[in-house]
Amino acid sequence: MKDIVEIRWHGRGGQGAKTASLLLADAAFNTGKYVQGFPEYGPERMGAPITAYNRISSERSTVHSNIYEPDYVVVVDETLISAVDVTAGLKKEGAIVINSGKSPEELRPLLKGYEGRVCTIDAGKISEEELGKNFPNTPMLAAIVKVSGVVDAEEFVKDMEASFKHKFATKPQVIEGNMRALKRSMEEVKEG
Amino acid sequence: MSIRERLSGNEAVAYAMKQINPDVMGAYPITPSTEIPQYFSAYVDNGEVDTDFIAVESEHSAMSTCIGAEAAGCRAISATSSCGLIYMAEMLYVAASDRLPITLAVSCRALSGPININNDHSDAMSVRDAGWLMLFAETNQEAYDNYLQAMRIGEAVSLPIMICQDGFITSHAIENIELEETEKVREFVGEYKPQHYLLNKDEPIAVGPYSTPVYYMETKRAQAQAMMDAKQVIQDVADEFAAWTGRQYGLIEKYEMDDAEEAIIIIGSSAGTAREAIKQLRAQGRKVGMIKIRSFRPFPAAEIAEALKNVKAFAAMDKDDSFNAHCGPIFAETCAGLYANGISGPKGISYIYGLGGRDVRVESIQHVFADLEKIAETGDVGETYRYLDVRE
Repeated sequence: MKDIVEIRWHGRGGQGAKTASLLLADAAFNTGKYVQGFPEYGPERMGAPITAYNRISSERSTVHSNIYEPDYVVVVDETLISAVDVTAGLKKEGAIVINSGKSPEELRPLLKGYEGRVCTIDAGKISEEELGKNFPNTPMLAAIVKVSGVVDAEEFVKDMEASFKHKFATKPQVIEGNMRALKRSMEEVKEG
Repeated sequence: MSIRERLSGNEAVAYAMKQINPDVMGAYPITPSTEIPQYFSAYVDNGEVDTDFIAVESEHSAMSTCIGAEAAGCRAISATSSCGLIYMAEMLYVAASDRLPITLAVSCRALSGPININNDHSDAMSVRDAGWLMLFAETNQEAYDNYLQAMRIGEAVSLPIMICQDGFITSHAIENIELEETEKVREFVGEYKPQHYLLNKDEPIAVGPYSTPVYYMETKRAQAQAMMDAKQVIQDVADEFAAWTGRQYGLIEKYEMDDAEEAIIIIGSSAGTAREAIKQLRAQGRKVGMIKIRSFRPFPAAEIAEALKNVKAFAAMDKDDSFNAHCGPIFAETCAGLYANGISGPKGISYIYGLGGRDVRVESIQHVFADLEKIAETGDVGETYRYLDVRE
């Protein structure tokens, strides 16, 4: 892993992109990293485009600005591709991970000539099949971990299981579904 | 042993409050306040503290509640932000003149209008003359550490103290933090034993009575003295804190100032971004440095003047504007400090930056240093009142 990995999240208000960025910060923190997880606050309303950020590093990063040249971009809502310049500044050595049922080949033409890896994962479908509801957070988190390698995959799975057990102590039936969603996402994420 | 954690700045301050377990929190529990009363009220509800949480209908009442409680002999706290702070303004002056060491957490945000919720220092700077001690934090860690030191400082000089951090930039961002053990925190903060208080039946007193011209000015002179005395107290408490935690603080922090020819003076979270900018410029051989202000009240005028005396050019960075057609408050006070200390060599400019959440980037700070390089080379200071990263 590089000394510092910078990630930008695009989602819509209410979809949990901010929560996902905080979960990624947690996962990286638990493997001993220095983390930053922060949202960019605009007018807060359901459905409005929102941005969140992560810095993950082996030494504390002192920078407190937004991220303009991310290593990775995560798009939680496919419809944002036409509304927001999601690949702005994205490094070509990095990757973009999009929540979509489409293939990377289908989406690449919409990404303004981005030359790096394009990855897709149908987080909505996985979530509905495993959790019965559209909560794309967990599968998106798993996909970016797999694609970026920012956290060791095995450690990540173990750590998430522990945190689900803690978080859903009163609803153990949810734990299994979340774990299946997580593992499926890591297997099913497509790279093109 | 410190505890490795990751918390937002608001969570960190609420956690410090929980560890200290004060007697009373008076707070307005919704916007424009911070998440701090929300987090703290959960601790109250769970029985993790035995603080009386008094939810009131406005910040004016929140500060009034704190004044009443602190005057009674309690440790009182509050938290607010933005318009909430200036709604408190009338009572902030009362707290200071009554010499009540209340602790107020402020997550600094812009004032309306135009309507904006993001970070700048307009709220805190607008009450800078209220007579409160004011410490500013660069990180969630510093917000936590400053809060742990706050009561020791305020109670030693009988002045209220504001613990400021940057709204959203540190208040809502998760970062690593070292927490201290609660038992050690309580040992360090100690018990509050006020000299005079309303609930002391053996010494009936009045707090806040009418002060005629015969007494008013002496009261103010005493407040001024307490503020002057606070400089040494802030340093002493910081030294004791460092002996405990290993984290050293002062009135200011000098970063790469030993041989600096160009310097910025800055406050809050952008100091971290400036560190990176300075690291990169140093790698190119540039002699650049930073003075970060931790204590804005009292203002370390002599310390800043001493740190600046050998630089060729400096920029004072203000995250708010005085609208005096001239400069921001840090520039004004820095220049007064230089003049009072007989230092006239360094050429200075006032930079207004980061208003209403305008992002402050490494490149932004490098732009300032590019200006300073030009001034240092030519000796021509040009326009002294500048706005950074703004479309003209």
